[in-house]
Amino acid sequence: MKRSSKHFLLGAVAAISAATYFMPTPATAAWEPTRPVEFIIPAGTGGGADQMARTIQGIVTKHNLMKQPMVVINKSGGAGGEGFLDVKGSKGNPHKIIITLSNLFTTPMATGIPFNWKDLTPVAMLALDEFNLWVNTDKPFKTAKEFIDAAKTANGTFKMAGTGSKQEDQIITEAIQKATGAKFIYIPERGGGAVAVQLVGNHVESTVNNPIEAVAHWKGGKLRPLCFFDSKRVTYKEVVAEGKSWADIPTCKEQGLDIVYLMLRGIFMSPGATKEQVDFYVGLFRKVRDTPEWKKLMEDGAFNTTFMTGDAFTKWVAAEEKRHEELMKAAGFMAK
Amino acid sequence: MEELANLFHGFAVVLQPFNILVMVIGILLGVIIGVLPGLGGANGVAILLPLTFSMSPTSAIIMLSCIYWGALFGGAITSVLFNIPGEPWSVATTFDGYPMAQQGKAGEALTAAFTSSFVGALFAVIMITLVAPLVAKFALEFGPAEKFGVYFLAFCSFVGMSKEPPAKTVASMMIGFALGAVGLDQMTGQLRLTFGITELLIGFDFLIAVIGLFGIGEILLTMEEGLSFKGRSAMINLRVVIQTWKELPRYWMTSLRSCLIGCWMGVTPAGATPASFMSYGIAKRVSKRGHNFGNGEIEGVVAPETAAHAAGTSALLPMLALGVPGSPTAAVLLGGLLIWGLQPGPMLFIEQKDFVWGLIASMYLGNVVGLIIVLTCVPLFAAILRIPFSIIAPIILVLCAIGAYSVHNSTFDVVMMLVFGVAGYLLKKCNYPLAPLVLAIVLGDKAEESFRQSLLASQGSLSIFWSNGLVGTIMALGLIALFWPMIQAGWSMLMPVKKGTRQE
Amino acid sequence: MAKKSKGAAVGGPAHRSVEAGVAIFAVVLALITIGGALAVGIDWGAEGPKAGFFPFYVGLFILGSSLINLWHALRDNPSDKLFAEWIQLRQVMSVVIPTTIYVFLISWIGIYIASLLLIALFMRWLGKYGWGYVVAVAAGTPLVIFIVFEKWFLVPLPKGPLEEFLGL
Repeated sequence: MKRSSKHFLLGAVAAISAATYFMPTPATAAWEPTRPVEFIIPAGTGGGADQMARTIQGIVTKHNLMKQPMVVINKSGGAGGEGFLDVKGSKGNPHKIIITLSNLFTTPMATGIPFNWKDLTPVAMLALDEFNLWVNTDKPFKTAKEFIDAAKTANGTFKMAGTGSKQEDQIITEAIQKATGAKFIYIPERGGGAVAVQLVGNHVESTVNNPIEAVAHWKGGKLRPLCFFDSKRVTYKEVVAEGKSWADIPTCKEQGLDIVYLMLRGIFMSPGATKEQVDFYVGLFRKVRDTPEWKKLMEDGAFNTTFMTGDAFTKWVAAEEKRHEELMKAAGFMAK
Repeated sequence: MEELANLFHGFAVVLQPFNILVMVIGILLGVIIGVLPGLGGANGVAILLPLTFSMSPTSAIIMLSCIYWGALFGGAITSVLFNIPGEPWSVATTFDGYPMAQQGKAGEALTAAFTSSFVGALFAVIMITLVAPLVAKFALEFGPAEKFGVYFLAFCSFVGMSKEPPAKTVASMMIGFALGAVGLDQMTGQLRLTFGITELLIGFDFLIAVIGLFGIGEILLTMEEGLSFKGRSAMINLRVVIQTWKELPRYWMTSLRSCLIGCWMGVTPAGATPASFMSYGIAKRVSKRGHNFGNGEIEGVVAPETAAHAAGTSALLPMLALGVPGSPTAAVLLGGLLIWGLQPGPMLFIEQKDFVWGLIASMYLGNVVGLIIVLTCVPLFAAILRIPFSIIAPIILVLCAIGAYSVHNSTFDVVMMLVFGVAGYLLKKCNYPLAPLVLAIVLGDKAEESFRQSLLASQGSLSIFWSNGLVGTIMALGLIALFWPMIQAGWSMLMPVKKGTRQE
Repeated sequence: MAKKSKGAAVGGPAHRSVEAGVAIFAVVLALITIGGALAVGIDWGAEGPKAGFFPFYVGLFILGSSLINLWHALRDNPSDKLFAEWIQLRQVMSVVIPTTIYVFLISWIGIYIASLLLIALFMRWLGKYGWGYVVAVAAGTPLVIFIVFEKWFLVPLPKGPLEEFLGL
């Protein structure tokens, strides 16, 4: 009897699958997703990675760049470890991609979870995310130097909020302390959005938010970027707020704070992906980059729009891992 | 009164027939998401997204916001019928909603829950309309110390009120804290209590614990008592709605109090979960019928549902103004904004007036439409209880398994769910209260986090918890709530009143 | 409800031993928590209280309250008070055992077939329904779940060899 019930299901399932899968398959040999594509964000909602992934979801759907739908899922548990381990565990499933932030390197280093970026298949670098030094407009600071001097005078009572612990924000804070001798109390929050709000509410003195995470508050007249942690100024000339454009904001180096830190916004996919599968996603993201919506996002968030794929990308990631290892070691953030 | 003019303009936008249709679709989908464990707002968005690109941003966001309303309404259904809360803020609804259903009053419980949700949401939207800028400013006052104060208040107003032995309450709550602490420590980025088990990296999710403790545990208890739900006689026609409505105005005081608690919690970063627990706890202490809470008291459904929805709704304001979502479902709305290139933040109210007021108008109408839809379905939901236990029980088990699995796509979680289920059965039989355990899992790590953030900021000085009027007031309220039984006892010694007899 | 079984005409485990067992289990949990907390440090470091600070005290609280509970369990419960009758426990086990098997089957044969078997077993064994009805509900439920979750809401659920074979 059990058999008959199985048969029943078998037949019914077959009927359903026939009905729902009856889609014309393209004649070309190029690989295409045959199921909905899961787009994992190893971070919370409202942060930089989340904003980018959701914008991409909108672009892909609006311009019909993919036949299958794209489902965006936040897997932020364990400082993003949840998301990375999920993709790592989906070997051979080409319907899973993940966007990265620096926790691609820092989370396994700080926690010792069994993960390394080499467990994934690199797809492409979409852009590099900048970092700014942000202060509240209630405070008199207009330049990084004024701020750092005040922080020194305050004798270690200035508070710096940032995303997570032993991640990029704290790495930068650590670098500022080393470079200037000023001491900060670093207060970890759950996401970039929450970090910015703590600064708006004057609960901390500064943050190192990504531009996109705090730009809305700059426009609202609450926050002010003092400088970019980059080697040269960005080129976006459109006025954002206070009559200034991103290009008017100096680099921190110009202001005597010689720190450069950019963060990878890259796409990886599950291990064991074939070349055709990687090529599909590379093609997809090339198309995404050509849309006006993407260009607007890049401008709003003052992104560095470097695009990289293939070996160049893999090499870049390897070098970046090395750099993070040094940074984490120097700061004493490595798991014992 | 520029706001009112804007609002009426918003109504004009929302009342277009197409937008009403869009609303109904959104609500229905939202209710399904709320009912089925394992479905989240992200899935709803994924389905509707392609559709929404053929409409204006306003219609699109109306549709997505209606998923949110629908899910809020839907969360109460499984809490009442099966003792399985789908969202953290429906936990308190199970305390009296489920006993009501067992007594054959599922229809009443559902009507009360839906109506209270509506009242709470309406109250919050009116507040948003009138004092939006003030509210956003208030939300900014909340630093780590104030956040901790709110969690402290939530715990205080909830503990000390259970009938179970104090040592069991303490054990139960502390086990909850311990489970909540498992995984990555947010403050140091270090793993703790994982003992090298990778699956524990993300800790124990509330949903898995609650599906097990409440849902599976309840099935086991029912099995022990024999094969039937007691609630078979549930009324299944719409008269029940009218009858319940006649009764509800009596609880206006509880409603009003819960609305205020909800709105207050909603604009703080704490959100709907503490609001529902706090509101239930305070209602139990203050109400004349408080001694009977937990045995199927309709007021015990009104209080948490009103507060949860008032909070869920008012939480949208800081989200729109500051860009920080208060819950995963609210995050869906935030995602919706981003997809249409609308950047949440202070400028949204200035640059995108049409859109914002359209959204606020849709909050009014979305809730009305939602209420009508779910109330019409009350008989249908109540009829589910008529399905014989030997059919519905395995189906519930299957849905629980799916719910547990899809939290992290992990079969390990399904095993954990079963372990929690057996634990729930044993604990309940041994007279341990489960609510403090769940409350501690949900809020424990957040409370710890804000406590440690505060101490970091103050460099270890506890004085930060009364360093300003706001945090001082919250902490004082918490202490009053904690020692309320003693205060009450002192009061009744001074003014002797006849005590209500305990009902079994 | 536990009171009903007082009188012990029918056998069953003593309430006292079950309650003591639960308390002992909590003690074990407390010791695990304390151990885990000690491993990550329970004092104050450069970043404020260390990761183990709270779990340590939480563990102590569990330990203390559970010892009280254990004492109460042994002292307050009359030895003839039953936890539940054997026949009731058999009912409970008739859910726990199939569900345990079900949970492990999910990883092997996927959630759909496992669910079909679970529902069929319940309906046939506990509900004594006719085969036609059993098959209709047992097969229909996973089917509806498949449509709603996988096709409609795009939630991938665990699948087994059969689904693989069908290319789903």
